[in-house]
Amino acid sequence: MKRIGIDVGGTNTDAVLIDGARVHHAVKTTTTEDVLGGIRTALRLLLDGAGDAADGVDAIVIGTTHFTNAVVERRALQRVGALRIGLPASASLPPFVDWPDDLAALVRGVVRMVRGGHEYDGRPIVALDHAAIRDAARGMADAGITAVGVTSVFSPLTAECEQEAARILREEIPGVDVTLSSELGRIGLLERENVTLLNACLQELARTTTDAFTEALRQSGIDAPLYLTQNDGTIMRAELARRFPVYCFASGPTNSMRGAAFLSRLEDGVVVDVGGTTTDVGYLKAGFPREANAAVEIGGVRTLFRMPDLLSIGLGGGTEIALDGSRIGPASVGFRLLQKGLAFGGDTLTATDIAVAAGRLDLGDRARVAHLSPAFVGATLRRMGDMIAEAVDRMKVDAGDVALLAVGGGSFLIPDRVEGCSEVIRVTHHAVANAVGAAISQASGEVDQIFSGLSREAALAQAHAEAERRAVAAGARRESLKLVELEDIPLSYLPGDARRVRVRMGGDIG
Amino acid sequence: MARTIERDELEPLATGAWILGTGGGGSPYLSYLNMRQAYADGTRVTLMDPASLDDDDLVAVVSNMGAPLVGQERLSDPDFATKPVRMMEDYLGRRFRAVMSVEIGGGNAFQPLLVAARTGLPVVDADAMGRAFPEAQMTSFAIAELPMFPLTLADIRDNEVIVARAASWKWMERISRKACTEVGSIAATCKAPRTGAEVKRHGILYTTSQAIALGREVRRARRMHEDPVAATIAAASGKLLFRGKIVDVRRRTTEGFLRGDATLEGLDDDRGARFEVAFQNEFSIGRRDGGVVVTTPDLICLLDSVSGEAIGTESLRYGQRASIIALPAPPILRTEKGLENVGPRAFGHDVDYVSVFGEMAA
Repeated sequence: MKRIGIDVGGTNTDAVLIDGARVHHAVKTTTTEDVLGGIRTALRLLLDGAGDAADGVDAIVIGTTHFTNAVVERRALQRVGALRIGLPASASLPPFVDWPDDLAALVRGVVRMVRGGHEYDGRPIVALDHAAIRDAARGMADAGITAVGVTSVFSPLTAECEQEAARILREEIPGVDVTLSSELGRIGLLERENVTLLNACLQELARTTTDAFTEALRQSGIDAPLYLTQNDGTIMRAELARRFPVYCFASGPTNSMRGAAFLSRLEDGVVVDVGGTTTDVGYLKAGFPREANAAVEIGGVRTLFRMPDLLSIGLGGGTEIALDGSRIGPASVGFRLLQKGLAFGGDTLTATDIAVAAGRLDLGDRARVAHLSPAFVGATLRRMGDMIAEAVDRMKVDAGDVALLAVGGGSFLIPDRVEGCSEVIRVTHHAVANAVGAAISQASGEVDQIFSGLSREAALAQAHAEAERRAVAAGARRESLKLVELEDIPLSYLPGDARRVRVRMGGDIG
Repeated sequence: MARTIERDELEPLATGAWILGTGGGGSPYLSYLNMRQAYADGTRVTLMDPASLDDDDLVAVVSNMGAPLVGQERLSDPDFATKPVRMMEDYLGRRFRAVMSVEIGGGNAFQPLLVAARTGLPVVDADAMGRAFPEAQMTSFAIAELPMFPLTLADIRDNEVIVARAASWKWMERISRKACTEVGSIAATCKAPRTGAEVKRHGILYTTSQAIALGREVRRARRMHEDPVAATIAAASGKLLFRGKIVDVRRRTTEGFLRGDATLEGLDDDRGARFEVAFQNEFSIGRRDGGVVVTTPDLICLLDSVSGEAIGTESLRYGQRASIIALPAPPILRTEKGLENVGPRAFGHDVDYVSVFGEMAA
């Protein structure tokens, strides 16, 4: 496996060349306004540095916060048409009902609700109102709408109504971009619709951005397929990302954790990422981060996405420490460490200064912290170690000892022995863990569906087959597919042994 | 005595009602959104002190019935909530004086508000459970052996059902549940109407106010970065039973109910101990290191240890850090007759009622 991973963040664009199990070369550059420039520079630096080693790259994988930032910053968003199928149900809560006003004002074009949709067991609620859909489509065409989000009640169960609506929309609005909620999965009408509408409003940006990525690759002379990373730590072909930009929303923390796993060659363990201000603790299982449970908001919009379950505590390299030892953080000097820290001639005692005084770190001028008593330095280091150990313990699921993967610029604060951990592994190249995580991603497919009138075995088998089909469509090799996640919840108050099954399959690309 | 429910009380009501749902009752989020919409359009709802009901006033007891998951696709709607109330008035040939919820726990806390938003009727500050329970006979009105019929049930389509008579509360539950399933496992109902005298005597009073106050306190604690779990306990005179993380969840459905249990491993002061909590839609029994320490009708709630947000039995997941707390049950549920309907044996557990709040005069 030879791959290039690129992380396009808000501040930095990092690129790495991975050859087999090792990081061959890594570079860090500044992200540019047009995205293209930063990637072009990063790729040029990487190829210059790597020389012949970059020949025969199998794939290029980009992780980006570009689409999330567009929503959060309210820029480059299109006005969209929203078509909801399900009347007479759900009439009082129309599309955009729980969006922040400013975002809704930008994105809400034409909103229509029509009769149709399904019950949990696949029966129609009422007959689909074809005439109303055609009328809605004409209304949207007249308003100049070019992107539409279609959501039908219980469409994860059967997508018939949405597909019929897409057909009519394409007849009435030539060239329209249609996003169907059934392609984005998950039960929960309002949240699924929100994601569908977010996806619709990003269509133009997704096109220009993926085109820019492709162009940057072409200019660099690399001939390899392009993939983008998704929220769950897996990737999809650029052509798919172009249609479903929402899948790229939360890939950052996921890539960082998966990068750490790869760099340490461990699939299970606790990842402790110590930055300048905070320490993020996450849990890896089978190479994937454990997901948080709560509904995730993007730019104030409630979605169905799951983010990695992270516990953040106020401890980092820049954390301020009271001179009498009474207090550690949570305040931090942040990126001003090199001006404010004692070891750098500043006036603030920080966690970094303590590590320098203890000889754990060779940075700045040790003479400037020589006045700190060894007892005070030792006690403070121990207390910081205890804070980390406690956070790790809170994230652990099993009583047994687990490996601790130490990453981030402040990882010198992590002691060599941590209670409840079998070992502390210091990961090299941790500064580019994001790009590494992107480079090594697998492809996956997910199903979240209600089954009724089927045995448990039959339901699981159907869900597996569909998840496999989706994983292969996303670029996975069939023979490499593995089960990543399985959730099987029997449902209350429903007849016919109804159950909700969520299956995620992942596999290698290529 | 009556007062207007203010706009800034709606969100606290949702938070408080979700906690009082003790893991079931369905999330109030969508019903809350409906009320937020109604208030934005200028609608205001009146909260009525049950003491100011006349003995012969007629009160509508409403609920949204069905599978919480279906409610996530077929969303709650004030017009739909109002339909069975109008049906009942037509059937009886009488008008209602006010409307109240059958259960304050979960989404049904908002059901009378949805009806009030359309009809202008005041909402009585009371319910018939003081929490959430899975079945119709698990109410203070059933415990008092009041008549359980008639009942009206409406679908979003033109389907309307009136159950004119039923032989018992359990029969009423079976018949109405069947009708509900047929129309897609979600239906709006208006239960047997109650007189003002019945509500005052057998209702569980002031629970809407209690839910608002509880939610307000939790939200305040969260905003001030105080411990929201401690705030919940303080606001509702509860007790902390355990702090830990979920290490195992087992679920199964039998007879339409979600049953199962979750195991937590201790953190902080509870390090080294295990706690097992069983549920049938709602949490019903808690065991610490194998010994029963709490049972229904005590309110057993699982809260996210960081946010204080209640965790529903359908969304229990491995690794969640949770606090288990108990809140006192309304006295009527703790009587001998009450325990017959809502004690641990009513949920198939062969143990006696164990309360963390000690003995009390029945």
